[in-house]
Amino acid sequence: MSAPILAVENLTLAFGGLNVLTDVGFAVQPGQIFAIIGPNGAGKTSIRNCIGGFYRPRQGRVLFEGQDISRVAPDRRAALGLARTFQNIALFRGMTVLDNIKLGRHAHLRTGLLPALAYWGPAKREELELRREVEETIIDFLEIEHIRNQPVASLAYGLQKRVELARALAMRPKVLLMDEPVAGMNSEETEDMARFILDIKEERDITIVMIEHDMHMIMDISDHVVVMNFGQKIADGTPEEVQHHPEVIKAYLGEPRPGPVPGQA
Amino acid sequence: MRIGDFKETYAADEAVFRTPTVRFWLYLLGAAILVFPLLAGEYLIYMANITAVAVVGAVGLNLLTGCTGLISLGHAGFMGVGAYTSAILITKFGVPFILTLPLSGLMAALCGVIVGAPSLRMKGLYLCIATLAAQVILEFTFVHWESLTHGIRGLNVPAPTLFGLSLASGPVFYYVIMIVAAISVTASRNLFRTRVGRAFIAIRDRDISAQLMGISLFRYKLYAFALSSFFAGMAGCLMVNLLKVVTPEQYPLHLSIQYLAMIIVGGLGSILGSILGAIFMTIVPELLRSALGLFQGLDPQIMSYLFPLQTVIFGALIVGFLVFEPHGLAEMWRRAKAYFRLWPFEY
Repeated sequence: MSAPILAVENLTLAFGGLNVLTDVGFAVQPGQIFAIIGPNGAGKTSIRNCIGGFYRPRQGRVLFEGQDISRVAPDRRAALGLARTFQNIALFRGMTVLDNIKLGRHAHLRTGLLPALAYWGPAKREELELRREVEETIIDFLEIEHIRNQPVASLAYGLQKRVELARALAMRPKVLLMDEPVAGMNSEETEDMARFILDIKEERDITIVMIEHDMHMIMDISDHVVVMNFGQKIADGTPEEVQHHPEVIKAYLGEPRPGPVPGQA
Repeated sequence: MRIGDFKETYAADEAVFRTPTVRFWLYLLGAAILVFPLLAGEYLIYMANITAVAVVGAVGLNLLTGCTGLISLGHAGFMGVGAYTSAILITKFGVPFILTLPLSGLMAALCGVIVGAPSLRMKGLYLCIATLAAQVILEFTFVHWESLTHGIRGLNVPAPTLFGLSLASGPVFYYVIMIVAAISVTASRNLFRTRVGRAFIAIRDRDISAQLMGISLFRYKLYAFALSSFFAGMAGCLMVNLLKVVTPEQYPLHLSIQYLAMIIVGGLGSILGSILGAIFMTIVPELLRSALGLFQGLDPQIMSYLFPLQTVIFGALIVGFLVFEPHGLAEMWRRAKAYFRLWPFEY
């Protein structure tokens, strides 16, 4: 196996006396679709926030391309190549689809204040090059040509999710962290999204880490699944392995005979 | 009816004025502005001058409040800084008018940055109060820094000259003001075609995810304050050289609020809105005044009732806008255009 692109080691997180994550560790290989699943309150969102940089873990490290990023600020992590989409869409509602996507590239652009006021020379060239690239590699790829000049606020939910994905792609990520990419979507929109995720993995060399509740989609498209319950990792493997893991069955379906739910005594 | 609006290059699609028709109207507007002073009288030229100065100021405030979402009650104060900077440089140091234009902008921008620095930690009402404090402090400074500002007597400025030519005669200063207004409008329109302008709007719409896109909130908020006050300072400089006098009561809190009203009536976050709002807020009171003046012949007493009515009608108009068209004149203009795009057909 090659070196993992993203790894989490011995992650422990506590809010006051409440242990949210206990000694969680896993490694994401480049080019994988890596899923983190688990019942509500299992610690999925906390893992994501540790990777994204919003929480400082009490113990443990987050490694990105072998480098410890546990102490790196969120906006710096974006510049390293870690992009994310949100569970509750976090687009800029007053702007058009095109401008939202262009914003994803912000950190890669160089235009300063004064050239921007003049819109001349390098500033103009940079903007036109950006427009060409966004059109040809992102808008075309995600099939959103027809809405490119519409304000985001007027779009249907599924389309907004797709625009958010487009914006994340514009950040030129190496790893894309997707938070419930298909939550609240109907089955047709879910299938579209699953297809886009597979295409991103295959055509663009982007590793995908997703947190999701939709079991069908997870089992269909993931290469590797980590199952969380009560802040601990209970299973780690391919979708087939995980599906037959006794702990996972217990966590999702409960135990065969009546009794207290584990951990909630 | 507009048909066949297809583009073959990205440059053509990124252009501000995208169709020959629009460009035609723009040239027509430019020509009208050029010949206006040859046809209009002194009074109309004066009205056009103060309207254009208001456009510069309103564009500046809209950058900050409409686009970046940082409300400011200190805009008149920054205009005052520009006005005093220009007046002091001209009278005490003999700096030519044209040099004081950017210098007063820079001075105001410096004040704007100082006031804006705490804005990283403050939003909404709190920022509103902080900028109100700035306004009050600046007004106080204008009145009490006697040695520099001559207090409430103010400063008299000689007629501006440009390369030895007097700008006071006839419509020459009009052209100077129009050029500055045109540059301000063009520059801020350009800004929103690049990453800097997009960052401003991103901060307004959702500052946390703006940060995740790698946008430094601190830097861009300061940019917005600096730019906005720069425009205010230039507007102040134009104003003092137009009126040839500057006194503290020309830049009161009331004027700051009037500028806020301009951008709200015109359309927050829209450059066209800043222009329309500035025109509306400058021209309409004058129109009301002349309209009510028509009644003067009926009864000499009647003016004492009508004069206050002017303010009431103006206030009612603003309230009417807020209720019926919260997105302002710019939105009305957009809708009218959309309606006529397919006219006379429905689909």
